[in-house]
Amino acid sequence: MRPDRTPWVLGAILAVLLVVGPFAPLWVVFPVTIAIAKGLVALGLMILLRCGLVSFGQALYYCIGAYTAGMLGRVFELDGVFTLMLAGMAVAAATAYVLGFLLARYRGIFFGLLSLAFSMIFYGLLVKSETLGSTDGFNVLPSTLFGIRPADEWVRYAVLAAASSVAFVAALLVHRYLRTPLGSLAPAIKDNEIRVEYMGASARYAIHVKYVIAAALAGLGGGLAATTVGHIDPEMAYWTVSGEFVFITILAGTGNVIAPFLGALIFEGIRNVAFAVSPNTWQMVLGGALLAVIVFLPNGLWSLFRRGRAA
Amino acid sequence: MQRTRKLVASIAAAALCVPALAVAQDAAPIKVGVVTFLSGPAAGPFGVPARNAAEITIEMLNGGKVPKPYDQKGFGGARLQMVLVDESGGTTTQVTEFRNLVQRDNVDVVIGYISSGSCLGIAPVAEELKTLTVFFDCGTPRIFEERDYKYVFRTSSTATMDSVGAALYVKDLKPNAKVIAGLNQNYAWGQDSWGDFELSMKQIFPKIEVATSQMPKLFAGQYNAEISTLLNAKADVIHSSFWDGDLEAFILQAGPRGLFKRSVVVLTTGETAMYKLADKIPDGVVIGARGPYGPYAPDNELNKWYSATFQDRYNVPPNYAAYQMTQAILGTKAAWEKAQAANGGKRPSIDQVIAAFERLTFTGPGGEVRMAIGKGHQAITETAYGVTKKVGGKMTVANVKRYPAETVNPPDGVKAADWIKNGFKK
Repeated sequence: MRPDRTPWVLGAILAVLLVVGPFAPLWVVFPVTIAIAKGLVALGLMILLRCGLVSFGQALYYCIGAYTAGMLGRVFELDGVFTLMLAGMAVAAATAYVLGFLLARYRGIFFGLLSLAFSMIFYGLLVKSETLGSTDGFNVLPSTLFGIRPADEWVRYAVLAAASSVAFVAALLVHRYLRTPLGSLAPAIKDNEIRVEYMGASARYAIHVKYVIAAALAGLGGGLAATTVGHIDPEMAYWTVSGEFVFITILAGTGNVIAPFLGALIFEGIRNVAFAVSPNTWQMVLGGALLAVIVFLPNGLWSLFRRGRAA
Repeated sequence: MQRTRKLVASIAAAALCVPALAVAQDAAPIKVGVVTFLSGPAAGPFGVPARNAAEITIEMLNGGKVPKPYDQKGFGGARLQMVLVDESGGTTTQVTEFRNLVQRDNVDVVIGYISSGSCLGIAPVAEELKTLTVFFDCGTPRIFEERDYKYVFRTSSTATMDSVGAALYVKDLKPNAKVIAGLNQNYAWGQDSWGDFELSMKQIFPKIEVATSQMPKLFAGQYNAEISTLLNAKADVIHSSFWDGDLEAFILQAGPRGLFKRSVVVLTTGETAMYKLADKIPDGVVIGARGPYGPYAPDNELNKWYSATFQDRYNVPPNYAAYQMTQAILGTKAAWEKAQAANGGKRPSIDQVIAAFERLTFTGPGGEVRMAIGKGHQAITETAYGVTKKVGGKMTVANVKRYPAETVNPPDGVKAADWIKNGFKK
């Protein structure tokens, strides 16, 4: 058995982000923070994808996380980065726990479409709520760190540092979870659920747990996105956003907990470049680049790092 | 394997170089970030005409070909350089791109934004990055009602003006109106437009009855059920803030069923569709252009030059989005040059431009614009409404009524909704 290098690599990435962050140009710091937020959502999707489930409604929990953060600011004037992220995570997980009783019964396309339906219901509710600004949304208070508001030139780094620390902990915990008996059931559920049941494990329970974990991660990402961007709107629950998360997950591959973050970073990077080089046809550049990855790296970007060792 | 890695590495390196090149520019020209919808449903009616307007205005300014008082080249003699960005992709993407414009491309000023959601999301970021940002089209009055901004300006009136102007026009056109109805898209623009119109009508006609307010989903495309309800409502006046595809679908579906014969239909943004559907819109439909633009633009030297130049280049007359874009660029130019004059002819700092912009009065192709409300950051303009009338097969507007800026806009420091509820008190 190979020594587990993932925690060390994760730690090294965190160290690099924390050390290089203050010297990086600000226009790099912001998309990296956004990529971490989206990477957290994709990390949750990866857990589901490992047992063969694709949720086309993960934007529901992303949006719940964001609106929890926004409402805490609006009603209680809370603005701590960690408070908002954790609150977003808690509300998303609680919602997923309830919906999970229904969703854990379904597989394949039924699971995908049902999750999509829930996110579109939430979108519809937000659009009808005129006091929350309907489709225009509302501003989220500027972030603070442990009650201190960093100076304007440091606030982006502070949020990046907070985000990467939280993502580090989340990735480490998910990595540990995937090695527990419950976590490692995923490929078995994907291959043959009946055998899993014969072994004495409950597939439905395992999926319910995974669904709640995935939602918690999406809520965490949503809370982070809200405090980073400073504005939230119902579009965050729209199905195209869910599609983007699925895309990042597939682009990244399911090989390792680092993969979703790498996928999100590359996705944001390509989009940034595409916007700059061809403002009129950026979608084509983005689509072309992503198509190329699918054609040449069918198992996702992560296969680049694995081919040498495993295969 | 080795080759794949090298390939990926070189692609990544190339990707990193592109923005780096953009930074290495000469400091002398003034870089203007222009943000408007280049894709998606809002691109056709608003985004692309606005982009065309920005292109032609900046080109003409650089050539010194714009009539007085804008005949100086560029802004105060300094050439303008446009950096174009698509407004699609949602607020997160827009905030990222705004930061890219400021921190990577080092633009001096950003002019843009059609969606109110974009404007609300961008305004605090503009303030954080201390970048002069001029909104040209978005409608929500919330921007300067919820917060004071130093770096943010809007050179077009808010959507409140469209609804209040429509209500005043109804008063002139149908003084005996008793029943009204609405058909608006179920999103912020539609909800706010109808909300302001309904409130205004209740102020002007205290006994007015609201038969129905239909709120179909955005981009629904099929309105037969709504049209049936509106036909049954037997309303004297029907208000709709539909735009582009939805507006066209509604006109095509409502025409054959006689809705336009039964009720006076007020289309607050009808101008963007009136030429395209000239043979489908019957006479007598009330058409708005979100201000004194397009067919309602004044007959002055600047407008004659503008509409002729635009028509010449793009083979269509400029619509209101195009007017508003040019208005935003010319307003920024006016502020810039006023600041430069005060600075002894030297290039002004952004703070000086802002000081000159606050409470500025300037003239655009749509007439006089006064930065009178929102502590001098929000423009007010007059507005106009009229009804369609075909003359020799060509679409025109007749029975045009103009409403002065103070009549259709709230005074400084008063929220739009409160102003309407208090009977439009000045």
